[in-house]
Amino acid sequence: MNHSYKATCVCDNLKLIREFVEKSLQNLVLSEIEVNQLVLAVDEICANLIIHAHQCNPDDILQINIFQQEKQLIFEIINNDQQPFDLNTYKNPSIQKIVEERQKGGLGLLLVHEIMDVVAVNVQDETCTWRLVKYLEASEAKL
Amino acid sequence: MQIKEIEEEVHYTIQIFGDVDAASSINLDKAFDKALSLKKKKILIDCTNLDYIASAGLGVFISYIEPFKENNINFILFGLNPKVKDVFTILGLDKLLKIEDTKEAAKTHL
Repeated sequence: MNHSYKATCVCDNLKLIREFVEKSLQNLVLSEIEVNQLVLAVDEICANLIIHAHQCNPDDILQINIFQQEKQLIFEIINNDQQPFDLNTYKNPSIQKIVEERQKGGLGLLLVHEIMDVVAVNVQDETCTWRLVKYLEASEAKL
Repeated sequence: MQIKEIEEEVHYTIQIFGDVDAASSINLDKAFDKALSLKKKKILIDCTNLDYIASAGLGVFISYIEPFKENNINFILFGLNPKVKDVFTILGLDKLLKIEDTKEAAKTHL
């Protein structure tokens, strides 16, 4: 299993990205809800990158790679953002505080952390890679 | 995504169709803002045809909890498919929002 997709940094491409992720997972033994969660996690990272890192610049590109290493399902989102979000300083926001302050944002990364087992970001040689890992049960790892 | 608003005798219904993501959540926000400005007191959110919701959509829902409460507006969601309901459940938003399975149940609890 090794799937790759490139999309320009416009929000209208989010639906195409979701369709790519869903199609890439179709041969795994995952429930509809599990697939939707994985699609959602990738969608959230891509939306953040498109809107905040690339300001919806259609000249910029995201590459999404999906592959499996034994019982790990790995999603990489690659772009040229040189100043990615610092996950080391990230603290889960309080939902109650978000409600009280009537915030519309702040839930995306929280969802990603709830869904994925590993969330990491790394910049090397002018390439920024978000790496999301989901551990699969033995029964789910069949291709 | 599409939004339809239906004025009924007692209830004001907002129907959501398709995907609510970072690109389209602004339309949901406008629909909620309109309902707030019209001071509709009983709002039904029909999610029967809502196929997908991302955090941008969840953010719209929770950002209106306080404004609706301040204006004595009750709102309730119904008809969520299992995938969409799961997304609300991941962050415990199903405990903060009123959610029912059917329109009839939603009307009863509004």
